[in-house]
Amino acid sequence: MSHHNYISRKTKYMNPYIAGIILGFVLLLSFYLTGRGLGASGAFKSVVVSTLDAVSHDKVEASGFYAKYIADGKNPMKSWLVFQVLGVLIGGFLSGALAGRLGWKTEHSPKITSTKRIVLAVAGGVLFGFGSQLGRGCTSGAALSGMATLSVAGFVTMIAIFGTAYLFAYFFRKTWI
Amino acid sequence: MGPIIPIYEISQELNFLIAFGIGLGFGFALEQAGFSSSRKLAGMFYGYDATVLKVFFTAAIVALLGLTFLNNFNMIDMSIVYINEFYVTSAVLGGVIMGLGFIVGGFCPGTGVCAAAIGKIDAIFYLMGSLIGIFIFGETYPFWKDIYLNNYLGGLKISNAFDITDGLMVLLIIAAAVMMFWVGEWAEKKFARPDITKEI
Repeated sequence: MSHHNYISRKTKYMNPYIAGIILGFVLLLSFYLTGRGLGASGAFKSVVVSTLDAVSHDKVEASGFYAKYIADGKNPMKSWLVFQVLGVLIGGFLSGALAGRLGWKTEHSPKITSTKRIVLAVAGGVLFGFGSQLGRGCTSGAALSGMATLSVAGFVTMIAIFGTAYLFAYFFRKTWI
Repeated sequence: MGPIIPIYEISQELNFLIAFGIGLGFGFALEQAGFSSSRKLAGMFYGYDATVLKVFFTAAIVALLGLTFLNNFNMIDMSIVYINEFYVTSAVLGGVIMGLGFIVGGFCPGTGVCAAAIGKIDAIFYLMGSLIGIFIFGETYPFWKDIYLNNYLGGLKISNAFDITDGLMVLLIIAAAVMMFWVGEWAEKKFARPDITKEI
């Protein structure tokens, strides 16, 4: 497959340090405009809460965890993070289109089947989704944005995420290498 | 004076348009860096690709320096800027579960959205899994409530914890990041996997 990146012209991906600088300015702009950093898992929580709200409004209202997202007739989908994540989806799509990376694909090591990869992807998603609620945010909202404001919570979450992934990397090596 | 939106009341429509615009930049930068590839992300944990480290810490340095300068020039009111609240138990435990999810699933939620946007099927399933995970937490919340609220230390800053100025803390973080960049570059050569990097 030939990749022609209209942005970097030579390589498939942008230089990571330059991509990091761009990401850093986006993060800084977010702080300057809104007083908060970036996020991702929060938007997924909105999807879960609004789905449950449609199924059983009373149950959501009675829940200690969900209730605050629908208090005073609030619509959980009308949140800043939902629109920000919609932007991520479109921004990622535009970048992939410009770089010639669009296409249906399942990525994994040749040592495992695509079916196994899909099962592991769902399992990893379940774990990450659960952890992001317990840890009050994911890699974007807790770790990256937290680090940018020097919050201890941000550094601790970052170390816990990456440290654990390193600890368990050996056991899941067949998925990736 | 920033932050603009909390200080100057703007309409909800404009607020959401700004959110969408910031998301565009966020998604574009992540995808350009290659965060839409699970095997590229996983390279971080086997050494053959340290892109995650380089992008993550470069972005953190830019934002840290930016906020430090904006604050020094009185261009942002840091008392309104959100500092993540530190609940020790849940931050550690949540992070550990997320780390396990990362190595098993290959994405985090933000990178999963980017990957799904360019057609990665594993990412679409990963995102469905995260919805299930959030649902499970919500449904079992009473069971986790104590852990969730345990050992609360407030919006504690690392500079305060070490009793040094923010500026010095930022300098120390930059020094640590530069050393990690050096290790990352070294690892990419030492654990090079041209067979994988050519494919992703």
